[in-house]
Amino acid sequence: MAEATQAKKAGPKKFALVNRRAPHGTIYALEALEVVLIAATFDQDVSLVFLDDGVYALVKGQKTTSIEVKNFSPTFRALDDYDINKLYVERESLQRRGIDAENLLVPVEVLDAKQIGELLAQQDVVLSF
Amino acid sequence: MKIGILVSAGPYTHQANDSAYLFARAAIAKGHTVDRVFFYHDGVNTANRLTEPPQDDRNVTARWSALAAEHKIDLVVCVAAALRRGIKDEILAPGFRISGLGQLIDIGMKADRLVVFGD
Repeated sequence: MAEATQAKKAGPKKFALVNRRAPHGTIYALEALEVVLIAATFDQDVSLVFLDDGVYALVKGQKTTSIEVKNFSPTFRALDDYDINKLYVERESLQRRGIDAENLLVPVEVLDAKQIGELLAQQDVVLSF
Repeated sequence: MKIGILVSAGPYTHQANDSAYLFARAAIAKGHTVDRVFFYHDGVNTANRLTEPPQDDRNVTARWSALAAEHKIDLVVCVAAALRRGIKDEILAPGFRISGLGQLIDIGMKADRLVVFGD
């Protein structure tokens, strides 16, 4: 048992952060991003998944001055510096909201719902905010 | 099995916090170990020892403390989320400690399962 645990500690685990909420209105999108940055400093294999209203987090041209909260969307552009470049967006969520993947802040891989399901099934840890 | 738990819902408003506790207790009763519970978002309010529910209600904070003492569970409160809500060392209930998000990733790496409670 102890040996098995040791063996598991050796390699990085696959962490997926699932973003399902709009970037503002609740703190969840911001705090998911905090978890991503910390996971990266632990050298884990980190993926970000954007579903439902979570896809709005990646839309270009966000301005938050009028609601007096931090605009954290530029942080997504910095993720590459942390070697985080696995960003997956659900096609159906984009389509329902009329968002074109070309208009997002960062390059992403667009997957359909079934493929997102397969991706999540491969993860060791799934954190959904 | 080694289990880690993430609690992101606050006490009393959402049942998720109670469900996490009941899950931890049931898992331990089945012979699993719960090494760490990480409190994030409004979940950090769980650590406030000043909470005082009516006498005919369960005491969410006290029963986490008791479970932790009995089974050596590490109850960790996210520092950034805690300070935003006025949760500081001087009001921590027994068994809770304040630390960083690294403790969440760490238990995700070490545990066989990380189970998330909250919305």
